[in-house]
Amino acid sequence: MNMSLTNIPSPAQMVPIETSPGYWTSVGRRLARDKVALLVGGIILALVLLALLGQYLTLGDPYGTSMFKRLRPIGTEGFPLGSDELGRDMLSRLMLGARLSLFMGITPVILAFFIGSAVGIFAGYAGGLANALIMRTVDIFYAFPSVLLAIALSGALGAGIDNALLSLTLVFVPQIARVAESVTTQVRSRDYIEAARASGASAFTIIRTQVLGNVLGPIFVFATGLISVCMILASGLSFLGLGVRPPEPEWGLMLNTLRTAIYTQPWVAALPGLMIFMTSISFNILADRLRAAMAIRS
Amino acid sequence: MNALVTPDLGGPAQPLLKVSSLVKHFPVKGPLGKKAVVRAVDNISFTVQKGETLGVVGESGCGKSTTARVLMQLITQDRGELIFDAAEVNSHQLPLRDFRRQVQMVFQDSYSSLNPRLTIEQSIAFGPRVHGLSPAVALARARELLAKVGLEPVRFAGRYPHELSGGQRQRVNIARALALEPRLVVLDEAVSALDKSVEAQVLNLLLDLKKSLDLTYVFISHDLHVVRYMSDRILVMYLGEVVEIGPAEALFTRAAHPYTRALLSSMPSMDPAQRTLASPLTGDPPSPIDPPSGCRFHTRCPHAEAACRISKPLLFPTGEHHEAACLMSIPSSGHSRSPRGDQSMRHTP
Repeated sequence: MNMSLTNIPSPAQMVPIETSPGYWTSVGRRLARDKVALLVGGIILALVLLALLGQYLTLGDPYGTSMFKRLRPIGTEGFPLGSDELGRDMLSRLMLGARLSLFMGITPVILAFFIGSAVGIFAGYAGGLANALIMRTVDIFYAFPSVLLAIALSGALGAGIDNALLSLTLVFVPQIARVAESVTTQVRSRDYIEAARASGASAFTIIRTQVLGNVLGPIFVFATGLISVCMILASGLSFLGLGVRPPEPEWGLMLNTLRTAIYTQPWVAALPGLMIFMTSISFNILADRLRAAMAIRS
Repeated sequence: MNALVTPDLGGPAQPLLKVSSLVKHFPVKGPLGKKAVVRAVDNISFTVQKGETLGVVGESGCGKSTTARVLMQLITQDRGELIFDAAEVNSHQLPLRDFRRQVQMVFQDSYSSLNPRLTIEQSIAFGPRVHGLSPAVALARARELLAKVGLEPVRFAGRYPHELSGGQRQRVNIARALALEPRLVVLDEAVSALDKSVEAQVLNLLLDLKKSLDLTYVFISHDLHVVRYMSDRILVMYLGEVVEIGPAEALFTRAAHPYTRALLSSMPSMDPAQRTLASPLTGDPPSPIDPPSGCRFHTRCPHAEAACRISKPLLFPTGEHHEAACLMSIPSSGHSRSPRGDQSMRHTP
């Protein structure tokens, strides 16, 4: 009855098999054909480069103040994008601001992605009582509006970048955990999970080899969409004085300090807001396109 | 090298699987929050002999699939035990992990039972890898099995499930089930989703594999033609209970239980002159939450009498290796058609 294993060819003798492109390869190909996705991807790439290299590219001095050159309009000699309420070069500050703004927008989402996925996948796979306990706890956090929760946590922890990152992470963990739990619960009921269980694999092995590949994609798309929310929340925290502290350039904080100049120099005052808008909408569209590209039958 | 081989313990006469008094109830919330249970499998016992194919038939919802999942220990029974080749399953004699290696299942939905993110050779190699074969050996075995089930490894090993047809996917599922060199394969509606020509190919493949690999099958289906073609013995289930069990030919020619006879007469015939005119069974089976008293079939049985509502018939021999649970087959059961006899075989409710 036993299949003999003696006639198995050694790996060297094996004929190369025909392979199909994997799922992620086909998703990548679809994205590469999507002009809008390429455009917003390009914008995001440019912003990331700006964040990484901004300090070497700035022409003016992002920190140098001047009482005589305050609130210059866009196009002034030496101030291509005008100057702020303390006479600092707006262009340099916007470029340098990309670093903190993106950092504050992306880091909490990455942290929450790992924590929330772990919590949600565990709850979804375990099911039953463990699931109920974890998910009802998550729901308590979920009941608060995210802005309110971020401000409350940040306020309780005290101002500062670290605390802002921590509170934003805590805001996103429940949201990601919920998505992770729901996709895992769906996957869990598939027959291939039953088949894997029937082969005697441990829960850990099944999650690693059978579940992760099927749930990380949707969770990732959801998390990408959260980056824009996170940037806006982070800007809001800075705006309220709970995030980045002056004189560090950050778009939310700049928007805050320039709001008094909205009547004298509306265009200059609107620039940081424009950057926030452009970045968050780019991430939003990218998430949307990614979702579409991943919706292929696989 | 043969790390997965398991010896035949009890000899050829020892049943491969002995199921006794198996019970599986599912709790459900009834109306008004009342707690109720679905009696999916209610006290069934049977044996599977080495090398045979035991067909399991019954209407939708009669507990066929629940039985399969309990046999696979994907869900645990509330009561009853499984004896696999003289060893109790999930005991120190036969730990679950060892049992799983010897019993595998082919699912109905060929698509849902393959991981869409894995190539089919990865899916097949998964089980052997779990049981400690090296990746290279496991993949080699996967390709060997693909060839065995009639899929050219060079063309198919690296493909993903969505690139295959239903029949090809079901062949992959069969290969996956065989990858652990099981002794018993549970086929739960394994060909029901395939179209007729492909179904015939897969059935013949299953018969060939059974012969060449010395397998034992539990073949679950609602299609009586297919069950007759495949099975040595047939077990008929109704509302979570076994109503009749016997050799395939005897059951088809001399069905003892009115439910079996009704199922047989509802089989679509190939001969237009033999058209089934009146539906032999009307209505849906009663709810397994609150099954009828006495004989569970009495609500739909043409021969039901007062005794059927009171006495619960147990399986009683009606021929060689042939048993049915019907008062009409049990002597002195109180049913007017019951065979006369003085030994009291009457069963109390």
